[in-house]
Amino acid sequence: MPETHDRPPEQFKLRLRRYDPESGDAPYWDEHTIELEPHRSVLEAVLQAKDRFDGSIGIRCSCRQAICGSCGVRVNGEPALACHTHLDAAKRGARDGVIEIEPMGNMPVIKDLIVDMDDVHWKKIRRVTPWLIAKQPVPEREYIVSKEAMVDVTQTMACIQCGACVSDCLAMEVDPGFIGPAALAKAYRFVGDPRDDQHFERLNDLAQDPQGIFDCTHCFKCVDACPKDVNPMGQIMRLRRIAIDDHHIVDQNNGERHEAAFTTLIKDNGLLWEAELLPRSYGGNSWFGKFAPPAGKELLSSLPAILKALVRGKVTPMGALKPHRIPKQDLKAVQAIYDKVESRPERYELNLYITGEDEPVKESPGDPVAAGVTHEVGGSEPAPTGAEPSDFPSSANGPQEG
Amino acid sequence: MPAHDVLIIGAGLAGQRAALAAAENGASVAIMSKVHPVRSHSVAAAGGINAAISVDDDWHSHAYDTVKGSDFLGDQDAIEVMCSEAPKEVMDLEHMGVTFHRNDKGEMDLRAFGGASMKRTAYVADITGQALLHVLYEQLLKHHETVARYEEWFTTSLLRDDAGRCCGAIARDVRSGRMEAFTAKNVILACGGAGQAYKPTTNGLIVTGDGIAMAYRAGAPLMDMEMVQYHPTCLVETGILITEGARGEGAHLLNANGERFMEKSAPNKMELASRDVVSRAEQIEINEARGVGPNGAGIFLDVTVVPRKRTLEALREIVNLGKDFAGVDITREPIMIRPGQHYIMGGVKTDVDGRTPIEGLYAAGEVACVSVHGGNRLGANSLLDTLIFGRRSGEHAAARAANMGMPDVKDANAQLLEDATHIDGIIARPRDGRRVSEIKSELGETMNRHAAVFRDEAGLQSALETIGRLREQSQLAWIDDRGTVFNQDVLGAIELGYMIDCAETTVVAALERKESRGAQFRTDYPERNDQEWLKHIDITLDGDGGSGAGGPKVTYSPVTITQWQPEERKY
Repeated sequence: MPETHDRPPEQFKLRLRRYDPESGDAPYWDEHTIELEPHRSVLEAVLQAKDRFDGSIGIRCSCRQAICGSCGVRVNGEPALACHTHLDAAKRGARDGVIEIEPMGNMPVIKDLIVDMDDVHWKKIRRVTPWLIAKQPVPEREYIVSKEAMVDVTQTMACIQCGACVSDCLAMEVDPGFIGPAALAKAYRFVGDPRDDQHFERLNDLAQDPQGIFDCTHCFKCVDACPKDVNPMGQIMRLRRIAIDDHHIVDQNNGERHEAAFTTLIKDNGLLWEAELLPRSYGGNSWFGKFAPPAGKELLSSLPAILKALVRGKVTPMGALKPHRIPKQDLKAVQAIYDKVESRPERYELNLYITGEDEPVKESPGDPVAAGVTHEVGGSEPAPTGAEPSDFPSSANGPQEG
Repeated sequence: MPAHDVLIIGAGLAGQRAALAAAENGASVAIMSKVHPVRSHSVAAAGGINAAISVDDDWHSHAYDTVKGSDFLGDQDAIEVMCSEAPKEVMDLEHMGVTFHRNDKGEMDLRAFGGASMKRTAYVADITGQALLHVLYEQLLKHHETVARYEEWFTTSLLRDDAGRCCGAIARDVRSGRMEAFTAKNVILACGGAGQAYKPTTNGLIVTGDGIAMAYRAGAPLMDMEMVQYHPTCLVETGILITEGARGEGAHLLNANGERFMEKSAPNKMELASRDVVSRAEQIEINEARGVGPNGAGIFLDVTVVPRKRTLEALREIVNLGKDFAGVDITREPIMIRPGQHYIMGGVKTDVDGRTPIEGLYAAGEVACVSVHGGNRLGANSLLDTLIFGRRSGEHAAARAANMGMPDVKDANAQLLEDATHIDGIIARPRDGRRVSEIKSELGETMNRHAAVFRDEAGLQSALETIGRLREQSQLAWIDDRGTVFNQDVLGAIELGYMIDCAETTVVAALERKESRGAQFRTDYPERNDQEWLKHIDITLDGDGGSGAGGPKVTYSPVTITQWQPEERKY
């Protein structure tokens, strides 16, 4: 019997960020003490405060089971669905034992915990042409597509548009025009969909846009924030890989060259050679990149920063001219990783929707089929469907190695 | 004053499907919802959607299963429409982009579901409703030039002209508190059921019977209101739903002795009998002290018999629900569940084009009663219902709009003022009555006690008395929020009134039906009685409507039987 069912109610203190746009007053904190079992949700706590003490507390909510996406808030500073956060966990995460609940970030507050998602979130969703542009001719029955492809896009289909990732996106904080994690995950939902006819157009659009896929800074904040394991940053990286590797899109933002320079420098030296990164990102991925006109222009405009770094001793002329060195066997080990990855017939992509369990999966590591969706493990009966290994190539999703 | 050919109230699956159909048929469309469309409760539908798309299947088989599931109270002409149009509808949705899961051949995969004679349920993992809803919203964004979206607008009443035709609605912009009268040639109600009149319920907090009550107050008849579905697998504490897909994938139900007790009531279909049958069987186990957990109030749902990989792929949402809301890893141990209020089969009476007896007023989805579900809805038929009758309503309303001018509603401003005054009155109430939240809670508990899986005369009578008292109290109930921006408090007070109407009509109909059929099991009338009760119970608001002065008035209408005569129902 799970212990949660017998736990008695306890008192919890809530500190709510309140804002009444009609009062003319600044936002303020409002405290309430509620009584609930510790495994109940922060939403239930807020609703109890609303029901018993103050009905004017504003919070969007409906389903109470993390599927409608209404109750995105920040709990103790971290983005979360209120209905998906247990009180005991929230209390443990509180600075002073009081669970702090605020509206989400990066979006204007309308009232209390309610934010305006239109201008920041929904406008960007509309930006990515968020509907299927179906391959023609449309078949009489369903499109015949691989099982794996549909399970794979289900990970992004599972996005409930709660805004938690947008709330915490660091790139968006710096560049509010960045299309952002939710909308780009939505874009992958079409790029990963074999029925869509405009993969290249979509990718080219998002790659050429200075606020598109190359505006993401890999901070992983959205991955942590997402209550549905959509892994928005992972989807953005997949958009990049598909744009570069499959469609050979070279973008005006130097995103493709930057990634190429990055990986080449590490492959050649074992460590990043920072001084080479910028010229190669702009001028092309070789030692001669720095002599290409775009690189020259960029180097020239970066001169003040470079000089400042030299004056402050952050770089030395020698350090800039020569790459960092690591022991030879280490370099070999790094290059072996490259060889292993590059020798694979297909890219492996991790799909959290399928393999995102904490505990190790029982299949033998490295078997591409095993880590997909199609193997039956440890069951006493055959699966009703999908128990057989598939014939479809599984380029779109695959295992986490090891 | 905004004016549209078709005004749709509610933006779940039925509403969005209606909007799309009306727009594609040339109408200017407005779709209005008190929440953002993707928050609509259709999003929570998990298991899938039924359609006879397999080459081995036949829509007649689907129709028969539905008729039998309805305990022969469903109207067979409507069921034939729904089931025969299902395959094309599902294919259309697939073409729009729904990511239906595939089999090894790349075709749409199908899973088993309750009351179905074969695998016929198409699905997207266990987020089918979400996938459908989000894809339809994608289509609304695509059709933004012809579909105006009023997101977060709360409807307070329907407008009718002198001839009694429905010609618009009064609504309040939740964000600003501004009231507006919307004129429309046609209004389609698509605002879902009334689950929040029960406590607990699987339904979201927004599911408060708005459309049913507004139509009822405008004079439209309600039908089959006594038929309230209790879903067999809801979490014991919170009432959160565990999809029927779990049993579709092979999960077992076990009592405290570890027995698969469904053997007794459904030896052939076992756990996949129709929902009323399974819920009753569970309740009997619980009532006869064979339940599990604290107070023996639960039943074990054992998903561990489903291969773990399959569970993680196809039932991922409930793996998370188990973990997050019950602290149970369903792939490793059984989870405690019980029957819980889930769906109302009844609603605003319509024909197969969604038309109510009020000209210009349509209804589709859970708000409506066509009646395709009769006494008991089969799992995965509700998504189908929303799409088929949402589309048909949208098409019919667009065609009707093409042949008429924009109505001139003289009384619109007077009605707007009336509704605004009512809202101001609620806000200004002195704090000497009860809180809205207290009344709502008592209403829900009353319904769950007396109008649930088992019912009897005494219980229903006491429920009716309680509801009468709560209605009086609700008219004096006070709130805290005095503002206009996002005043959810005042909307809650209006919703309470809607729920009380739904609860009252439910109990009145349940008292009226002196037999046991489908979801209505009367312990004082335990047998089905086709002789006297093979008919629908219709309820209208007595009096001139609108004022709420009259009470519910009961009439009957016949059940349409085309091919399948009533027979004993065995699973």
